[in-house]
Parts: sequence; structure tokens; C-alpha cells
Amino acid sequence: MTIIEAHNIRKVYGSLEVLHDVDLSVGEGEILALIGPSGSGKSTLLRILDLIEPANEGELLVFGIDTVADRGRWLDLRRRMGMLFQRPIVFNSSVYDNVAMGLRYRRAPGDDIDRKVKEALEAVGLSRYIKSRATDLSGGEQQRVALSRVLVTDPEILFLDEPTANLDPTSTATIEAIVAQLNREAGTTVLISTHDLAQGQRLAHRVGVMIEGTIAQTGPSREIFREPKDRRIARFVGAENIIPARVIARREGFTVVEAKGKEIFSATPPPADEVEMVIRGEDISLHRRKPGYEEAENLFPATVAAVEPTAPFVNVAVHCGCDLTALVTARRAETLDLREGLEVWVSLQAKAVHLIPRREG
Amino acid sequence: MVNGNPIIEGFIEAIELIIALDPQVVEITIRSLYVSLTATFFAALIALPLGALIYFYEFRGKHAVVSTLQTLYALPTVIVGLLMFLLLSNIGPFGFLRLLYTPGGMIVTQTVLIIPLLMGLTVSALSGIDRDKRYTITALGASRLQTVMTIIAEARFAVMAGVLLGFGRAIAEVGTVMIVGGNIRGATRVLTTAIALNTSMANYSLSIALGIILLAVALGVNIALSLFQRR
Repeated sequence: MTIIEAHNIRKVYGSLEVLHDVDLSVGEGEILALIGPSGSGKSTLLRILDLIEPANEGELLVFGIDTVADRGRWLDLRRRMGMLFQRPIVFNSSVYDNVAMGLRYRRAPGDDIDRKVKEALEAVGLSRYIKSRATDLSGGEQQRVALSRVLVTDPEILFLDEPTANLDPTSTATIEAIVAQLNREAGTTVLISTHDLAQGQRLAHRVGVMIEGTIAQTGPSREIFREPKDRRIARFVGAENIIPARVIARREGFTVVEAKGKEIFSATPPPADEVEMVIRGEDISLHRRKPGYEEAENLFPATVAAVEPTAPFVNVAVHCGCDLTALVTARRAETLDLREGLEVWVSLQAKAVHLIPRREG
Repeated sequence: MVNGNPIIEGFIEAIELIIALDPQVVEITIRSLYVSLTATFFAALIALPLGALIYFYEFRGKHAVVSTLQTLYALPTVIVGLLMFLLLSNIGPFGFLRLLYTPGGMIVTQTVLIIPLLMGLTVSALSGIDRDKRYTITALGASRLQTVMTIIAEARFAVMAGVLLGFGRAIAEVGTVMIVGGNIRGATRVLTTAIALNTSMANYSLSIALGIILLAVALGVNIALSLFQRR
């Protein structure tokens, strides 16, 4: 069942258009990660979906209720959802009172509040601070207070706006574990925005890429990584090689493209005549000798142009007519004794060569 | 006495006056505190809700109202004194209240004097609650009223600091109490007007004694202020 359905959402602040043409539907029990660079509108979109602020245009159904037509029900709907923000936010009162806020707004009975608050603080390991003033805690602890404050209200949809952007790896792991467990056991729908691709991949069933105020592509993270729809997405998901090329033929089920005189096979059907090849660095294999048996469709000699360590990997630029950057583990680079000027063989599967239509500019 | 430095002797005598709880010193101090505390109380009663209304309601000219309030912080006290004198005098519209040259008149005048300050500081105290906190309150499912209450509770220390500043301004000013109160001995004489009068009469010891007390009050206000601001 669809729990959130948004169409053509547009949001402006003054003369600044923050969101435009946003279409999104989220299924019940799904974890959706919104990834995208800073300023792409992720936070604003989450606030609009959580009914914290209204969109200027568009349709939005939450729990099947048309929120544009039915403004009177926003408070009720909002009370079925919860949101955790990027910056740890606590109020100038005790940890207990902080966590109790949402329940008090909902006029929950006192003993209910007491039990839930204590349970929640236990779960995030902050029981001993129950009477402390929340503003005295560290950032990571404050964020855990904020998380408990959301969780005690048993939200059916949980919004997380870059919740771990400022946290150490341990607190990040704790929060990720709690979110994953919540989704698994309580069936909570989760929307998380992050600029950490790996986090999106770890947590989410589906990923939406936000670029310049709109959702440019949604799909399983594997698909986003391997088959980005355009250059901006390819750049954002960290494809090292984006190379202009021209489609010259279809052969044996493959598309043959030519880039600077070099013919390369791709498994993507041609999207246009003028294309760009998107190749992830880790899909390019380097060999000292011509491999005797190689299943990759593309196999050609090349010269190492530069070796740049980015632990635990090494970026290797090779020259082969068109220039490619391969991502090799530091260990393998040592074994191959990669250095500038070295003659190597490059193998590359046609499936790893993704084609996108070329756009000017 | 005759040969000594009048300033040093004034100091010594002043301390004697304070230690001995000189009736005149005590009376003036109590009146000063009474007038300014009462004025602060009434001003807070009026200015805090008005400040909150200005903050929470969107209306045309809101920005202008806030700017005007901030301009009024620096309003010369003698101007307020003059204005209130005219309003409260026999020829003014409120002459029938017979408040001129009474502590009541001084209270009303100081109340008027510090209302803009308290309103403005209330607005800025509430504005100090940042956008993310307001989003958080909304996201936690607060109704309109609950949102207002939470924001006020969150700004309580900053609001209290504003009230203290208002009291500090009231007790330290000379202009309005001189004009509206008239500095009548035993009736409307307060710390500041007594210092002004006694200094001009070369009665330094009493001036210094009252000055020390005024400073102590100001210091107390500041200590309380910093305690609030640290929270």
C-alpha cells in the first residue's frame, strides 16, 4: 500500500525555487533513502512530506488523505509521523522532559509517559542522564535524546534528515541499527536523507537521487550506481569515468561506441547517437600481461599515465586512446607494481559500460 | 573634618550611614525599590503578552513595529518625563487622577518608560528560538497553543533577563522621577534624585552612601542577569 504519494511538488522561498516537479511514492514499510548533494532540496522535501510546512504547488497524499484539500487534519496526520533532524536539538529542560514532549502534546496518561520515556532512554543507553539537563549532554547524546523523543510517539512514518551527518561512527551505527530494527519489527516506513551514499545503500530498500530541487532518479541502489540516468547523477554516485562517445554499430547484441578512435562494447541499448560512457573505476581491471582467458568483451593494451593513492584504493589513470581511470586496491597495485609509463592490459565488461545521452553543457 | 579631604571623609561617613541604617537612607532606598519594582511588574504584565503577540502573529508592518520598539529603547528619559508630566498635570487629560508628584505617578511613568524595552526584548528573546527548534516542536505534533507555550517556556531565561534589564533601567534613571515625582523629601525622593540634589548641595556623604546602594542594586541585577544568561 502506498503511504506517501506526492505529485509535482513545488516549493519557493522568496524568489528561490527549492523544489520543482517532485514526484514520489513511498510504500508502507519501505525504507527510502534520498541522496543528493547539499542544497538539492532533501531537507525541504522531508519537511513538506512531514507536513511541517506546505508546498506552494502540487498534490500530497499521506496515509491516503489528500493533505492539500484537508488542511484541518494536518495535526492528526503529523502526530502519526516523526522526524529527526540533522542538528541535535534538545530543549532547555531535563532529558526526561525532553523525551516526554511528544507524548504530552498527545495528552498521553502520566504513567504511560513515565514507562515509555524510561524504556526509550534505556534503549539508547541514556538512563543515567534521565534527570540531567539535556543541554549539558554531548552532541551524540543529544541526538540520541532527540531520537528517543521521536520513537516514544510510535511514528508510522519516520523521517530522518541526515541524522548521522555530525556523529562519530559508533553513534552512527547505533542509530542505523535502531532504524533498521524499527523497520523490521514495527514495520515503520522510513525516509532518510543522506549525502552518504554508503549509508543509503546499507539501510534503504530504494534510493532516490535528488539533484537541483527534484528527484532525478529512483530505484534500487545497485541500479542507481550502475545505471545512472544522466551525467549529474553519474557524477554524484562517484563514477570516475564519464567519456563522450558516438554510437557506430550494433553487434552481437552489444552497442559499439567509438571514443577518440577506440571501439568499446557496451551492453546498454543506444539511448542516442551522441552518448557518454559511464564507467565505474572499480569495474576496470588491469593486467601485466594479456590475459589468456578473459570473459570481458573489451580488452586492449594501455599505458599507465598516473598513479594516485586514495587509501585503501589507488586511482590509476591509463592512456589507451581515450583516457580511463581505474580503481585498484592498494594491495593489487603493489602486486602489479604499477608505475607511470608501464604497459598494461585493460579488461572491461560490456555490462560495466553504461551509456547516457550526451547533453550539451 | 575641617582639614581632611572631603571626598575621603564623605566615603567614611557614607559607610557609617549605611551601617547605622540611617532612617533617611533606608527610606529613600525602600521607596526607590518599591517604585521601580512595581513599575517593572506592571510593565512586564503588559509588555510580555504584547511582545509574544507581536512575535507569534504575522501582520503588515510587523518589522516597522519591532524597529520602532528598538528605537524607543534609547528614548531620553526626560522626554518621557516631560510627556508624562503634561499628561498627568492639571492641564493634561489625566490631571483628575492627581498622580503628579506622587509615587503612583512615578510608577506609571517608569512603567511607560520601560514597556518598549520589555516588549522589544521579549520579541528578541522569542526570536532567539531558532528555526530548527520550531520545526522540531511542530514535528513532535504540537498544536498551535502547545507550540506557543513551548516556545515561551524555552525562552523563559532570555525573557527574565529582559525584565531584569528593564528594572535596571528604571531604578537607575533620573529624568522621569525628577520631573514627574518632583523629588519631594519624604514623599517622592528616590536614590537617583536624592544623589543629584545632595551633590548639588555639597552634601557628599549622603550622595556617596546612596550611590553605593544604587551601585549595589545594579550589581545585584547584573549578577542575576548573568545567571539567567548562562542557562
